[in-house]
Amino acid sequence: MTIKRFDGRKLDEIRKMSAKVGVVPNADGSAMFSFGDTIAIAAVYGPKKMHPLHMQNPKKGTLRFTYNMLSFSVTDRIRPGPSRRGTEIGKISEWAIDPVLMIDKYPNNVVDVHVNILQANASTRCAGINAGALALAHAGITMKDMVSSVSIGKLDKDLVVDLSKKEEDFEEGEGATDIPMTFTNNGKLTHIQLDGNIKTEQLKEAVKLARKACKEVYEVQKKALKESIK
Amino acid sequence: MKTSKLTGDRIKEYLALGKRFDGRKLDEFREITIETGVSKNAEGSARVKMGKTEVIVGIKMNASTPYPDSPDKGNLMVTAELLPLSSSRFELGPPKIESIELARVLDRAIRESKFIELEKLCIKKGEKVWTVFIDIYSINADGNLLDAAGLGIVAALKNSKIPKYDKEKEEVLYGNWSDEKLPLKKEVPLSITIYKIGENLIIDPTQEEEDINDARVTIGSHKGVISSMQKGNSGELSEEEMYNILDMTEKVWKDLFSSMEKYLK
Repeated sequence: MTIKRFDGRKLDEIRKMSAKVGVVPNADGSAMFSFGDTIAIAAVYGPKKMHPLHMQNPKKGTLRFTYNMLSFSVTDRIRPGPSRRGTEIGKISEWAIDPVLMIDKYPNNVVDVHVNILQANASTRCAGINAGALALAHAGITMKDMVSSVSIGKLDKDLVVDLSKKEEDFEEGEGATDIPMTFTNNGKLTHIQLDGNIKTEQLKEAVKLARKACKEVYEVQKKALKESIK
Repeated sequence: MKTSKLTGDRIKEYLALGKRFDGRKLDEFREITIETGVSKNAEGSARVKMGKTEVIVGIKMNASTPYPDSPDKGNLMVTAELLPLSSSRFELGPPKIESIELARVLDRAIRESKFIELEKLCIKKGEKVWTVFIDIYSINADGNLLDAAGLGIVAALKNSKIPKYDKEKEEVLYGNWSDEKLPLKKEVPLSITIYKIGENLIIDPTQEEEDINDARVTIGSHKGVISSMQKGNSGELSEEEMYNILDMTEKVWKDLFSSMEKYLK
């Protein structure tokens, strides 16, 4: 028997996505990306000279990605300011985007990406990566490709696309497994994490499912960028 | 990027003629829009756009022990984060004076006006009271975050519902809200900041204008009754100028209140 999702979605259905660029006028590039009730905004500042000087790399530029949740973005308030979780997510997002960025074009410089979660209902890191990549493209930072991110979940025995908070907390049967992944548009995996339990064969299926879903995400990103230059 | 001396001088030349770069009068706000309920998991929230300046304010509540000197009153806590996302001037790290002052000035405007009826936020005297957290975030900083955040606070509070509370287990049922609205007084405190640049007094500066201010005075008031005030920056004010600031505030307050009334109901 296959599982029925709480919000009535099909197993491979992503929540309603929306994307927009240019949401922070001060920034060199900016974007908003949402999966249903999960909303991320991103701003890019740079390329600019790296300070402190000893961190400058004469061979290539540096990408710096920060991830932060607004205190009221979740039901139980989180203390404002940096957290261990946020620091780690910032780093994995950086690794997820770095492969498509032609950062060697900007020696001695740094490109800052700041992602903030305005409203959270799971998959915030995926929304953050999608917004961040969009903001970088909007800032005109040279990129070889786009990256798109989505989370695949396993609820009991079934694979579903784009977990919501309620699904993340699912406890029946084998419980919930959360597998956020990021793909470049030409199909390279740049980020994967996993929490839960899953067999190798099914994980392979999950990767395939993510690849397919990321294509949908990519279309939304592409549309947002095209709309900005109309 | 700091405003250059050349631009600063030009702004002053313009002001001397009673003009501003964007064609506004000296006592005129930029276009203001307020949107409420922008973050669903918050008890209340609001987005304020004032020209290019944008702030988001969210309200969260939790049940905690009261302070010994107010055993039957709720607590209030205001924090502000100037996000690096909102301007290249802001950096990560522990809160700096700008964000601390912003939060504290607005904390006093709300606290001293007694806008939130904290005495109604007692759950069990001496043991449990509600704490109201007001969190301010800058999204795009282009001057006058103070007044934008002040408006955001009022709009977010007006939009707030109290979360459900389990009296037996003594815990908040986060994510579930009662039908009860946050108890607020009718008298809405608005914070208005008057900036002194050279010999001129202006309101709602853009970032460029704010950069060259000599002094500013933030006044929290309702219909001429002032309940909080703070002078910022080192420029001095003559007695005459202080009176002008007070008169200007009263006039601007009326204009702002009548144009914002629809959002603050």
